[in-house]
Amino acid sequence: MATIALEGLVKQYGKATVVHGIDLHIRDGEFVVLVGPSGCGKSTTLRMIAGLEDISAGTIKIGDRVVNEAEPKDRNIAMVFQNYAIYPHMSVAQNIGFGLYKSTLPEREKRARISEAARVLGLDALLDRRPSQLSGGQRQRVAIGRAMVRDPTAFLFDEPLSNLDAQLRAQMRIEIKKLHQRLGKTIVFVTHDQVEAMTMADRIVVMRDGRILQVGTPMDLYENPADIFTARFIGSPAMNLLPARLTADADGVRAELPELGASLTLGRFPRDEVTGSQAFIGVRPHDLVVGRHDGQGLTLTGRVSIVEPLGSETLVHIDVAGIPIIASAPGRAIPKVDDLVGVHALTGSLYLFDAETERALCRV
Amino acid sequence: MSPNDRSLKARHQAFPIHPGRIFTWTLLFLGGVVMVTPILFMLSTSLKDASQVYDLRLIPEAPSLDNYKVVLSDGRFLRWFLNSVIVAVCVTLSNVFFDSLVGYTLAKFQFRGRYLVFLAILSTLMIPTEMLVIPWYLMASSFGWIDSYWGIMFPGMMTAFGTFLMKQFFETVPDEFLEAARVDGLNEFTIWWRVAMPLVTPALSALAIFTFLGNWTAFFWPLIVTNSRELYTLPIGLSSFAVEQAIQWEMIMTGASLATIPTLIVFLLLQRYIVRGVMLAGLKG
Repeated sequence: MATIALEGLVKQYGKATVVHGIDLHIRDGEFVVLVGPSGCGKSTTLRMIAGLEDISAGTIKIGDRVVNEAEPKDRNIAMVFQNYAIYPHMSVAQNIGFGLYKSTLPEREKRARISEAARVLGLDALLDRRPSQLSGGQRQRVAIGRAMVRDPTAFLFDEPLSNLDAQLRAQMRIEIKKLHQRLGKTIVFVTHDQVEAMTMADRIVVMRDGRILQVGTPMDLYENPADIFTARFIGSPAMNLLPARLTADADGVRAELPELGASLTLGRFPRDEVTGSQAFIGVRPHDLVVGRHDGQGLTLTGRVSIVEPLGSETLVHIDVAGIPIIASAPGRAIPKVDDLVGVHALTGSLYLFDAETERALCRV
Repeated sequence: MSPNDRSLKARHQAFPIHPGRIFTWTLLFLGGVVMVTPILFMLSTSLKDASQVYDLRLIPEAPSLDNYKVVLSDGRFLRWFLNSVIVAVCVTLSNVFFDSLVGYTLAKFQFRGRYLVFLAILSTLMIPTEMLVIPWYLMASSFGWIDSYWGIMFPGMMTAFGTFLMKQFFETVPDEFLEAARVDGLNEFTIWWRVAMPLVTPALSALAIFTFLGNWTAFFWPLIVTNSRELYTLPIGLSSFAVEQAIQWEMIMTGASLATIPTLIVFLLLQRYIVRGVMLAGLKG
């Protein structure tokens, strides 16, 4: 069983603490993605799981075993590195087989495993080549092959796709996901790319400044972000944030957006708590649609500054009273730069965040 | 302007002849001449008979291989040659092994006093050999190593320069290579031997060439530590040959010509690794 449990995990370098007592339980066979900006502690956490970094406090369990003091080789995990770490002086077959260097399996079995890994990864024809004769994607597959042949209990991936071009990255995402479906092994995958996290993960762990901000399924995080950071980090383009002031009257709580000349009826708050407090209204570009709409929600008017046609839709950058926001328009209805356009977001697609704590208050 | 003129102009633009470049090439040419001339004279003299030695023409009037027959039929020369091979090969292998092991440790392991150890090793580079000879001799004498192969070899079995060179090269090896091997279950010695060493082949080749040449031509220490003629290395043997034979230059030049063969072989065998290493370093970007 390859559950991985982190309990109060801390990492300090001298006086600097880079991981602040995180708790995380990864289920057997789960694909978990640690995502966050550079320096958030995600790679350090992964390296602590691998045993490549000592932990300063806390506990790491793989299965039922505490592995705090165990050497990397005794954890039965396999790791794929950002720069592939395949050996330039060995052929593809030797590189893949290197994962079995310490194995006591008979030679025939080793060869069979190398062939099987190469077949699964589409490297059969390249077994005699050197890494210098391979493309970036092929090298990454060799690195994955080396991890596969050992039949580990869990795979750790440290930003393995960040050196690939966009097209290859998309292809490798699918291949890794297929691999996970086929092998059913636990995978912990580190990336700073939210698209990778969204498309591959069973669960995403959002990290910032050495802390876990939120853990959930991709759609959980997209639909119910816990704070502004997660809301803007997950989803592309990032969520628009509009400064608002909460007021209360006889009809309930209202969010006033005086700079944008708009207001919004909320209605779920105890009045005393919110009156006069500052907040942010969040709206995703895909929910803020160009065109008139009579339904309830948020309506804004602004001048188009940039259009980005994507085919299926067009991203429209609009300047609303000096505040830049991004909206979307149906693919064939592309507004012109400098046009004055109205945009509308329906009730239910808006998010309210506390401006002081940056925590999510509710969805409206 | 005709097409020919244009093509000529384009060629001039592609390969402009700067005065600075002419100066550089002239200097390099003169440097080459200075380097090659003694070698050519050595080879030329080895093909002359005794009466022609002071005839400074580069191409002998009646070239002959008689000198080579005489030198090679002298058992002592072959013995000295063999001694030099044994000493140079053993010391080179030892340097390649120990210098790289220590260099790797200093480059890739964090431990208390690491910097101090490195400084201590580096500081030995500042002590001239002449100062070390007496302590070496006393040490060899107290251990009974005088007039033995081990006595000739022990001061050079590991060098500060080699350690420094290997440390610098190992620092360029990405840690991920070593970490990947650690995760794959290799112990530290195997990681060094199987993963790190093949990645620094250019440095190993350079170290091997320098160490081999240094020991092949070593004169001072082997002269001091050896007494019996059977243990002479080639440079000492050739020098004694000169005294004994009342300076027969054609014989000395023949011996010296033969002595260059192993160094040429070592260089030709290993130089491609150095060139390849320089190319890789350039491509790494």
